[in-house]
Amino acid sequence: MTVTAVRKNPEKLTMTLDAEFDASPERVWQLWADPRQLERWWGPPTYPATVTAHDLRSGGLVEYHMTGPEGNQSHGYWEIVDVDAPHRIVFRDGFANEDGTPSSDMPINEVRVMISEVGGQTRMSIESIFPSAAAMEQVIAMGMEEGLREAVGQIDAILAGDVTSPTAR
Amino acid sequence: MQIAPPDFDRMFGALADATRRDIVRRAIVGEEGVAELAEHYPMSFAAVQKHIAILERAGMVTKERIGRRKVVRANLERLRVARRLLDQYEELWRGRVARMTALVTDDTKEQNR
Repeated sequence: MTVTAVRKNPEKLTMTLDAEFDASPERVWQLWADPRQLERWWGPPTYPATVTAHDLRSGGLVEYHMTGPEGNQSHGYWEIVDVDAPHRIVFRDGFANEDGTPSSDMPINEVRVMISEVGGQTRMSIESIFPSAAAMEQVIAMGMEEGLREAVGQIDAILAGDVTSPTAR
Repeated sequence: MQIAPPDFDRMFGALADATRRDIVRRAIVGEEGVAELAEHYPMSFAAVQKHIAILERAGMVTKERIGRRKVVRANLERLRVARRLLDQYEELWRGRVARMTALVTDDTKEQNR
């Protein structure tokens, strides 16, 4: 079982998701700290991410773009607020223009990631805070596109035999 | 790509108050009028009326005339929309976590080789 809990608060526009990994906190940290690893999970299979800058320090920037099936690209960045390896990363997740400059008319949501060891496993807790419902809708639309269904299908194949596949709810 | 209609914010704003959430909860059953609803809360009739008006403007409830009474009913479709937005965001992160898991699992396989 990977995702162990999801708490949603429609009034406060927050979502917290807990996941557990059968790996060390350092290994889970690498998923965020190694740009080549990050590229392999941030975007769905039809919209793979390419990380072009990765400065994981307070005030640093992570820049990426996602490429769609028709070669269409959407650019995004993280503005790092706080880092404490291998336990904590806080960033503001925003969209960017084609030249990589932050897009001012697109929403930013704050993401807080906490990684801790719990009984020989590693728990990762992701908390997202949206400035408004409209912002949340926009992030969802940008992040999912049509790639999601396909991603879920791939995941099901990977997790075959696991009763708690992401679609089983 | 879709951009949220501006009334999403109004909708969530309407739900940001505990009394209004409770009114919506009661309005799901949809049996009570404004006067009956007002009896549940330690505030004036006018104050409850105001809360209902905010919910009405956000499209979360409607007032329906049944005989001589005006019954407050929740707009279930609206409530589902609010819920769905968060559900979709959950799906996005579930997809990411599943890919993370696959990456971490890959190393275990390589170690065992």
